[in-house]
Amino acid sequence: MSIMEIIGSVLILIGSIFLFLGGLGIYRMPDIYNRLQAGTKATTLGAMSLILGVGFLEPSWMLKSLIIIIFIAFSNPISSHALARANYKRKHFPLILSEDKKNMDAYREVIEQEDKEDKS
Amino acid sequence: MIYFVLIAFLLLLMIAAAVYSIRQKDLLYATLATGIISLVLSILFYLLQAPDVALTEAAIGVALTTIIFLITIRNTVRYESDEDNFKSEVK
Amino acid sequence: MTYIIYIAMVLMALGLLMAFIRFIKGPTAGDRTVALDTLTTIGTASLVFLGFMFQRFIYVDVALVYGVLGFIGVIVIARYLEGAL
Repeated sequence: MSIMEIIGSVLILIGSIFLFLGGLGIYRMPDIYNRLQAGTKATTLGAMSLILGVGFLEPSWMLKSLIIIIFIAFSNPISSHALARANYKRKHFPLILSEDKKNMDAYREVIEQEDKEDKS
Repeated sequence: MIYFVLIAFLLLLMIAAAVYSIRQKDLLYATLATGIISLVLSILFYLLQAPDVALTEAAIGVALTTIIFLITIRNTVRYESDEDNFKSEVK
Repeated sequence: MTYIIYIAMVLMALGLLMAFIRFIKGPTAGDRTVALDTLTTIGTASLVFLGFMFQRFIYVDVALVYGVLGFIGVIVIARYLEGAL
């Protein structure tokens, strides 16, 4: 095996393990926001690593692999942000496990204040 | 051998998504399940050596069908009811 | 090399299965949309990987088109959930 094949195989293994971990996280996590972290960030790293590994194994595919990687790096955080924003606007607030709730979810008070102003 | 296992797994996934989409009363969830059917069907066409059909299926099933169904749900009702909807509106 | 291909296929199939179980079980609409987003990304990666398995260069285009259109679909669903479609 040449050095390119070893690098490509290791990248494909890392990528598939991270894709599996993304699926596991989205199955096991308790909350929408935790699921969003597991399902978007781990899956982004896994997909980028696997496609880069395919590009290493077939060097003539490298340009198109880089195009797909750049597109995933742009599009996945945008969809993650849109989903989190939509869930927060629908008042699915995150689970807060610590005692002082004020420091952890500061934006919630702003939302509730705006709702009171709208009703009055 | 591994191809047949993979095709059987994808077919079971697609059938489960189709049954879910039919049995569901919430039409938004049924629309999302239609997106999953389209994804798995695209991978199946791809496995059966038909990339042009897979391209068409991905283009139409994922984006166009979802957007048209969402606009329809926004303009009508989201939940499917058991009684006859049309009759109650007429009355 | 063959074992690596098998291991990667099994791991991606397990990821698809668990995200699909979350789609079936998920209590709210947000959970189901997050599961659909994860399924879209795993599907894009697996399309590229299957193209490598079959050694066809033209198959990578399907993955590119699928990535673009799945992203547009998830954005539209998020705008609908926000109430601003």
